[in-house]
Amino acid sequence: MHSPRRSHLRALAGAALLIGLVWVGRALAVDATPPLPTPQLQQRYLALTHELRCMQCQDESLADSQVDLAGQMRSEVHDLLLRGMTDQQVKDYLVSRYGEFILFKPPMNWRNAWLWGAPILLMLVGFLAGWRIIVGRRRLVDDDPDEPLDDTVDEHWQS
Amino acid sequence: MNQQATPLQEPGTGGVRWRFLLPLGLFAALLVVLFVGLVHSPEKNIIPSPLVGKAAPQFSIPNLVSGGTPVSSAALRGHWSLVNVWGSWCATCRDEHSTLLMIKQQGTVPIIGIDWNDTPANATNWLQQLGDPYQQVGEDPNGRVAIDWGVYAAPESFLINPQGVIVYKEVGEITPDIWREQFLSRINAAGGAAPPPATGG
Repeated sequence: MHSPRRSHLRALAGAALLIGLVWVGRALAVDATPPLPTPQLQQRYLALTHELRCMQCQDESLADSQVDLAGQMRSEVHDLLLRGMTDQQVKDYLVSRYGEFILFKPPMNWRNAWLWGAPILLMLVGFLAGWRIIVGRRRLVDDDPDEPLDDTVDEHWQS
Repeated sequence: MNQQATPLQEPGTGGVRWRFLLPLGLFAALLVVLFVGLVHSPEKNIIPSPLVGKAAPQFSIPNLVSGGTPVSSAALRGHWSLVNVWGSWCATCRDEHSTLLMIKQQGTVPIIGIDWNDTPANATNWLQQLGDPYQQVGEDPNGRVAIDWGVYAAPESFLINPQGVIVYKEVGEITPDIWREQFLSRINAAGGAAPPPATGG
């Protein structure tokens, strides 16, 4: 017979083992590229592969994708970093081959200005419209507080 | 109460009427934009290559024929050529093969093959079974050259002019129609192709 305490411990150890296995499995599953010699380089490698798009699967990053091409592009990034390229040089090289589409975050330049500016512009338009409606309503009510709302609006339309 | 329905119909209140239609118009415009996006979304899978108009990236890779001279970008100078990225694992390449054989027969341009992510044994087998449209085939087993050429799906084909500049890129199968409309038309517009050099060398 197991004491309750021992079975608790056992369950805990089992859970830890399972979590450990899943974690190791996740780490091994996708990226088989050998780690870079220094933690700094490896950190940059990880950041870059998360910022670059897998051109075949398109909604996955290089770091997450399991297709052959992504693996080969990871080792390309690996080798370029080893050769001493800066992050920007690596990105510029891949953009010169695959286009800006390979960057998950489009660069801020004049060509992409509408992309970055449109949300702000639309928000301003929304605020402006909302402000005008609210001010307009308040003025109507102020003008003739005794009149029922329906008639007020009706009169406003006809003017 | 009768008056309440009038503003929309009464003449001379056009400005008021338009205000009502504005959100509807915007909504209709949005629908059009979304619909166009939906209908054209398959085209978005084809990503325009920034390499078009640029010099073809240089390479020198092993010849598929063991003992053959390395296949290099030097072979792309002085005449029009077609660079075809393929692999024996690629089903669309099989569909495309008959067109490549036809292009070879017409003799307009030499076809340089880049055998991508493949083994020499499989590639040789394929060419023996289906016929060999290539002037020469280079081996790119780990995709280095393919990445340098911005390749992301086989088959991909590049039309190179005599100055060694990429004039056009086709992602996917070249059909006889595409060959005529996209490739031949460009060669002819530039004054036609000089006879390609003899095979081998």
